[in-house]
Amino acid sequence: MSDRTIAAEGTGFTPPGPSDFEPPPFFTVAGLDVDKPIVVVLLSALIVGAFFYAASRRIAAGNGMVPGKLQYAGESAYGFVRNSIGLDTIGKEGLRFVPFLATLFFFIAINNLFGIIPPFQLPGTSKIAIPLGLAVIVWAIYNYLGIKRAGFFGYFKNMMFPPGIPWPVYILLAPIELLSNFLVRPVTLCLRLTLNMFAGHLVLVLFVLGGEYLLLEYGGIVGILSGTVSILGSIVMTFFEAFIQLLQAYVFTLLAALYIGGALVDEH
Amino acid sequence: MEGNLNMIGYGLAAIGPGIGIGLIFAAYISGVARQPEARGVLQSIAILGFALAEALAIIGIGLAFVL
Repeated sequence: MSDRTIAAEGTGFTPPGPSDFEPPPFFTVAGLDVDKPIVVVLLSALIVGAFFYAASRRIAAGNGMVPGKLQYAGESAYGFVRNSIGLDTIGKEGLRFVPFLATLFFFIAINNLFGIIPPFQLPGTSKIAIPLGLAVIVWAIYNYLGIKRAGFFGYFKNMMFPPGIPWPVYILLAPIELLSNFLVRPVTLCLRLTLNMFAGHLVLVLFVLGGEYLLLEYGGIVGILSGTVSILGSIVMTFFEAFIQLLQAYVFTLLAALYIGGALVDEH
Repeated sequence: MEGNLNMIGYGLAAIGPGIGIGLIFAAYISGVARQPEARGVLQSIAILGFALAEALAIIGIGLAFVL
């Protein structure tokens, strides 16, 4: 057993790294590589669109008073975002933004859940471009709303110099608030989602690859026992990942709603 | 021994957010235990605090891979 351990130091178990997020492209269209993340993003947009179109078709036609199964599922999904995110964090005014928030929530949730659905098993949101695009949209919306409500200078005055604070504090507070509004908020919004999916995927890959290596290549009693534990652990981690993926979609939408709500109120 | 020192740094950096998240959920649990009807309000506040504390750990793992 001991010579096995020594031999394992040199031979090649390669731990997962950022290169696992660069799958080879399926094919190339006009110089653009079509690879797994792009397919996942397009599919999830299609799924969300098709589901809500199908669920709301009878309402649009005017006879949605008695909901069918599909409409009921769509209504309770939409109602969750409407009540627990839209109404609770923004208030009555937030009803205007519920379509946007629901789109955001379900697009991110489906994208994340592709991380545990075979045969894809790569969350579309683990590529930084997609959360970055969503974060920029949220950033543009809350800044636009704030400027529209208070005027350009009024917006900056409200943001950097909130009333009711002794003036020397402004020296510290004004730059912090400016930085937080324009840089920290969108960057953390984007990085939180990306890196949660990135780290979660790495953990899953590590459990599976490590289990495979221990079972098939390392062998012996130790290898088989620990490899089995590792493979079973990957199943447990998959369920944990599912929870994290839904939680992160919720957190992204909740923070977007908070920022939009913050731009709508008069004083902090 | 091979490997990257960045990961040890990330392990150390994750201590702070770990303690912070523990404190946030401890406060949430004791708040719900004292006043169960406030669960709905407390839950979104707890998740917000969790997200803000977690951002630090997440920035840490990003820097550990990038640097």
